[in-house]
Amino acid sequence: MIDLIQLAVPVLLKGLWVTAVLTFISVLIGFNLGLGLALMRLSSNRFLSGFAKYYSNVFRGTPLLVQIFLFYYGLGQLSLIKDNAVLWWLISDGARCAVLALALNTAAYTSEILRGGLMSVPVGLVEAAQACGMSRMLRFRRIEFPLAIRQALPAYGNELILVVKGTSLASTITVLEITGYAKRLMSQTFAIFEIFAIAGVLYLVINLLLIGIIRAIERFLMRHETSSVRYLAAPQPNRSTVGS
Amino acid sequence: MEFGLWQVWEAGWVTAILRGASITILVGLVSMTAGLVIGVVCGLIKWARIFPLSLLVDAYTSLVRGVPELLIIYLLFFSSVEFVTKVVTAFGYAGVAESGYAFVIAVIAIGAISGAYSTEVVRGALGAIPDGHIEAARALGLSGGRIFRRIIAPQMLRIAVPGINNVWQTTIKDTALVSVVGLQELMRISFIGANSTRHPFIFYLIAAVVYLVITLVSQTGFDGIERLLRLRTRK
Repeated sequence: MIDLIQLAVPVLLKGLWVTAVLTFISVLIGFNLGLGLALMRLSSNRFLSGFAKYYSNVFRGTPLLVQIFLFYYGLGQLSLIKDNAVLWWLISDGARCAVLALALNTAAYTSEILRGGLMSVPVGLVEAAQACGMSRMLRFRRIEFPLAIRQALPAYGNELILVVKGTSLASTITVLEITGYAKRLMSQTFAIFEIFAIAGVLYLVINLLLIGIIRAIERFLMRHETSSVRYLAAPQPNRSTVGS
Repeated sequence: MEFGLWQVWEAGWVTAILRGASITILVGLVSMTAGLVIGVVCGLIKWARIFPLSLLVDAYTSLVRGVPELLIIYLLFFSSVEFVTKVVTAFGYAGVAESGYAFVIAVIAIGAISGAYSTEVVRGALGAIPDGHIEAARALGLSGGRIFRRIIAPQMLRIAVPGINNVWQTTIKDTALVSVVGLQELMRISFIGANSTRHPFIFYLIAAVVYLVITLVSQTGFDGIERLLRLRTRK
């Protein structure tokens, strides 16, 4: 058992680093793309909003695995991509390709979450900002975006966890991250449960860390009502006798 | 060499893809049914806070929702493959059981995953039922089982429909992951087609379109159900 831990933990920690990097870059790109798509979706331009809608439906309607395979195996076959140095650089490597697929995928989900947040901003506040003579950019930066992100943050936290879980699919295109190493260790050592437990703990640690960060940001954004919230949340009435 | 839709058709891949798609849908439906049963039972346990069991359910849902699906599938597959091979060869069914076995593993894995998400949906729906309704039923002297059948279940089902829709969409997409254990569903067939013809682009594109059709059709179905339920709601 000790031997196994000595063997598996350093390997899986190496994988943890890869998982973390994949998640970080995908989220960084995906969030910005998603924000752009949410704005396109809400714009009055028919073409822009239509594009954003179809983009989000296509990426949310197909499995991430199909997207990753399509990018990694499929696009490499097209001469258009092969002849373009930049695109070929992007597609030829498993990790870069996984980041590309993950970023485009999470952008679709993020755009839906942010769209919901932006739509929840009261019209009156935007009108008030307009009446104050704020420019469009300033209005977005100071009024709409902060209110929207506050609304969208809990759902975005869930999406972040989905991205972390999505990075495991990179193992299917030769990227060795936690799941990739775990699979290899499982078939080498046959200590299936132990390896699963260690890998699972690593994922749970990442997720808890992300949830912690999201909670901290939420607290920071909600600091104008921190003290009152605690007292407003009344204890739930006990209903343990029904329906069991 | 040009290789397009016509060649895919001519080489007979279309029937293979359709067979794969039907297995994908079958795995999705069976897993979703299993997941809903798990979801209702675990959701009730979580909602009613039945003490020792609720801890178990909490552990189950947070584990399954926090760990990648692929890892869960590997766990189930690798941990059982040796045992099952032994049992099957002992009974002399070595070759026959291969595909059935992958199906069973797929359903267990995807069912467990969709069960964890369904649990949260059911619990949320139960939480949204006004306490007053249950108190009123109790005041009328209805028994616990009757309150569940007449008051809780109908309301819960209605509130849970959008959440169940989400879980179904995730479940059908998660079935693509069981291709890694060799079940010949849509993704696996596309993989085989891509490798044997060396034209991955067209095969994965077809797979993407088929998945898209499945999710769009079921989305329309769920929209219809939601509209029906809204019509029946008293204003």
